Amino acid sequence: MNRRVVRAVAAVSIALFASQAAAQDVLIRNAKVHTATAKGTLENSDVLVRGGKIAAIGRGLNAPGVQSVDAGGKPLTPTLFGGVSEIGIEEVSGEESTVDSGLALGAGSKDMQVRPEFDVTLAYNPASVLVPVARVEGIGWTVLGAIPRSGGSIIGGQGGIVRLDGSMDPIGARMLFVNLGSEADGLSGLSRAAQWMILDQLIDELNGRIAPNSHFAKLTPAGRTALRKYIGGGGRVVFRVHRAVDIVRALRWSKKHNVRIALIGASEAWRVADQIAAAKVPVLVDSLANLPGNFDQVFATEESAARLRAAGVIVTFSQGGDDQSHNARKMRQVAGNAVAHGMSWNDAFDAMTRVPAQVFGVSNQMGSIAVGQRADLVLWTGDPLDVGQVAEQVWLDGRAIPMKSRQTELRDRYLNSNDSGLPPAYR
Amino acid sequence: MKFWVAAAAACTLLAACTHTPTKPSTAKATKSFNFAEDPYPSTYAALPSRSVLIRHATVLTGTGERIDDGDVLLRNGQVAAVGHDLAVPDDAHIVEANGKWVTPGIIDVHSHLGVYPSPGMNAHSDGNEATQPVTPNVWAEHSVWPQDPGFSTALAAGVTTLQVLPGSANLIGGRGVTLKNVPATTYQAMKFPGAPWGLKMACGENPKRVYASRGPSTRMGNVAGYRAAFADAAEYMKKRNSDGEEGGKRDLKNDTLAGALHGDIRVHIHCYRADEMSTMIDLSKEFGFKIAAFHHAVEAYKIADKLSKEGICGALWADWWGFKMEAFDGIQENVALVDRVPGSCAIVHSDSAEGIQRLNQEAAKVIANARRVGIPVTPEHAIQWITLNPAKSMGIDQRTGSLEVGKMADVVIWNGSPFSSYALAEHVYIDGAEVYDRSNKSLQPKSDFLLGQDLMTGGAR
Repeated sequence: MNRRVVRAVAAVSIALFASQAAAQDVLIRNAKVHTATAKGTLENSDVLVRGGKIAAIGRGLNAPGVQSVDAGGKPLTPTLFGGVSEIGIEEVSGEESTVDSGLALGAGSKDMQVRPEFDVTLAYNPASVLVPVARVEGIGWTVLGAIPRSGGSIIGGQGGIVRLDGSMDPIGARMLFVNLGSEADGLSGLSRAAQWMILDQLIDELNGRIAPNSHFAKLTPAGRTALRKYIGGGGRVVFRVHRAVDIVRALRWSKKHNVRIALIGASEAWRVADQIAAAKVPVLVDSLANLPGNFDQVFATEESAARLRAAGVIVTFSQGGDDQSHNARKMRQVAGNAVAHGMSWNDAFDAMTRVPAQVFGVSNQMGSIAVGQRADLVLWTGDPLDVGQVAEQVWLDGRAIPMKSRQTELRDRYLNSNDSGLPPAYR
Repeated sequence: MKFWVAAAAACTLLAACTHTPTKPSTAKATKSFNFAEDPYPSTYAALPSRSVLIRHATVLTGTGERIDDGDVLLRNGQVAAVGHDLAVPDDAHIVEANGKWVTPGIIDVHSHLGVYPSPGMNAHSDGNEATQPVTPNVWAEHSVWPQDPGFSTALAAGVTTLQVLPGSANLIGGRGVTLKNVPATTYQAMKFPGAPWGLKMACGENPKRVYASRGPSTRMGNVAGYRAAFADAAEYMKKRNSDGEEGGKRDLKNDTLAGALHGDIRVHIHCYRADEMSTMIDLSKEFGFKIAAFHHAVEAYKIADKLSKEGICGALWADWWGFKMEAFDGIQENVALVDRVPGSCAIVHSDSAEGIQRLNQEAAKVIANARRVGIPVTPEHAIQWITLNPAKSMGIDQRTGSLEVGKMADVVIWNGSPFSSYALAEHVYIDGAEVYDRSNKSLQPKSDFLLGQDLMTGGAR
């Protein structure tokens, strides 16, 4: 173990200790508990939290001395998945200096910089105003994606999971992000065909068929180490890809090199759903994306999630629009619209909770309401997948978080006029 | 994310509108030259229809009323009756709508369908004449591609009328056009007969960004640009209106601006910040035009009283924020805080091919967030944000936007309350003709572009 790894492990331990120390005990009584487990939905049930973890679920639980909250029969869920976003790695999209989501070391030159070692989670700012904006809406965690951009390569780099609890470090394993298709052809010599050529060359470099000091070599030593982890059954590689035939090629490539992949975007995935299901490849779709935005997405449909699920595909969601970070809260609408277009409510709900936790390898600690899980919970005014309802209270590690954000502060400043005669800045 | 730049260029550039009931006194010269004549006239004709009696529905009239177990009769393309237990005409097709909700057709005051269509090809980028900052001479209708598949998806969401605007790259971007959302081969066949044009203006960061290298590159440069343009137009208008003056060669830029000064073309202004909206209001007074609506207006909640007092609509998103500095102060209660002021005109708009399909859901978000802060909003009130209020800002509220006798029979039947993630439009009528039926493929229009794309069935092997 090298020194860098030791230091990283130490940092994680400190973060865990700190959050556990702050965790509270709480008894949430009389809730409609959507467990996101085989137990399904439990009416009029209680959830007991001790030490930040779920200690018991049942009716008529008793916990003397523990603060209790009456849910009044309203829905209680795990915190929801925010999709793949840039929460905390961008503040204002239009201001370059606040955006850290992509790497462009080669910008302005023709040299492609392939840097799978790039880890975007190192840019994460837990104090970003986007964090409370998302979490007061019941979004408890998100996957930070590394986004390929001009001056980089089709390999965006590594991302990871952050919980929106103010902690600095990601949890779980990193995942590698790769963009395919027409949206990335500017990063692959203007042809999607070159995307496979480049990916195959990187495999050759790992296998020593191209020497590290060859002028053809694209990887740094750290890049080889990083990439090697994802080949041969290691970590998860997330391909952002839409066209059906590109998806089939991705399935073929991943099988050949024994790579565990997931698909994001995937507007046309439903057309090859059986093959995706057979390969057990999870798909992150956007149920609101039903227009042929380009020639890779001619068959986009709101029924995508339902059709994939019907074929047995593992389905979860991520937004495909412009603002999956500032408007991560819109994920509920994405899921609700999947239901409106044929997906079962339970499948859509699982796709916002348990399924992404499984896909990204953290289901042992979150994504469902079960004994031993982190007490990351949300009490809702009503159906969490309906935009007509809102989150009433969010708990992270059993701590009731303040239901405030910069937006609620702005709102409250202008909600009521004051009599002082002073400008709003004094409110 | 980086996509915002393109998206903003495509969409969020629009801004203000002016509207205008009263014409400025300076413009009322004796001759009254018609700056708003239409050489590209509407050829719209209502599609074939039959009388339809919708029965036993929850009816939101768009005038603030709700009728439980209500009936709506559509006849000769018009709303013929609204109420309880209407008599059944011999020729009427009956729609039993128990458990369904009926609303006026949805109206979007801010769309770029057709001018930034799907697929978003370079060749389709027709929304911003970003070659100089002041281009009132361009007309969005001349860019509209009627085959944009987005028209059909918007129709499936109950959108019956929309204003297509130029983008927001320019200080003055050109004329917007109001369309009836019917499938057509030409835009003239969609053009809402007699609807006034909108003039699209933009303040703030978009023109600054687009013209950074040649100017305007600052907000003060923006304002100087508007002032210079309107000063020219005022002189032009005076000259053409003066008695015995032939007027000389027409100037297409000044034709449009004079139309705005005259009150014939309604001014719609893309503007985010409260301070900038205030500047634009002063500008409108300096030159004597009326602002119909501020679009986007992320900070409208800070000056809600002022907007109401000036009679300016706020065309707003339910929750967009943060994609640029001037959008940093977005809150989810913006619409509700504008709406609660007496005499106000709150509108939920889309500026998006996705959002236009779910304006009802956008309104639902506003209701939910308003409720959270103790502002109750009824469905019958909220529906006006996406029906009558946009119609008012567009100057078509005498003809559509509510279910009142004699108005165009632009009507949506929903599978339940429209204010939900699960709400779907089941039937859509435009001028009494059924133009969409969710359960009948033959009444679901499909763009020429999508035709024949699916001949290779079975997908890739």
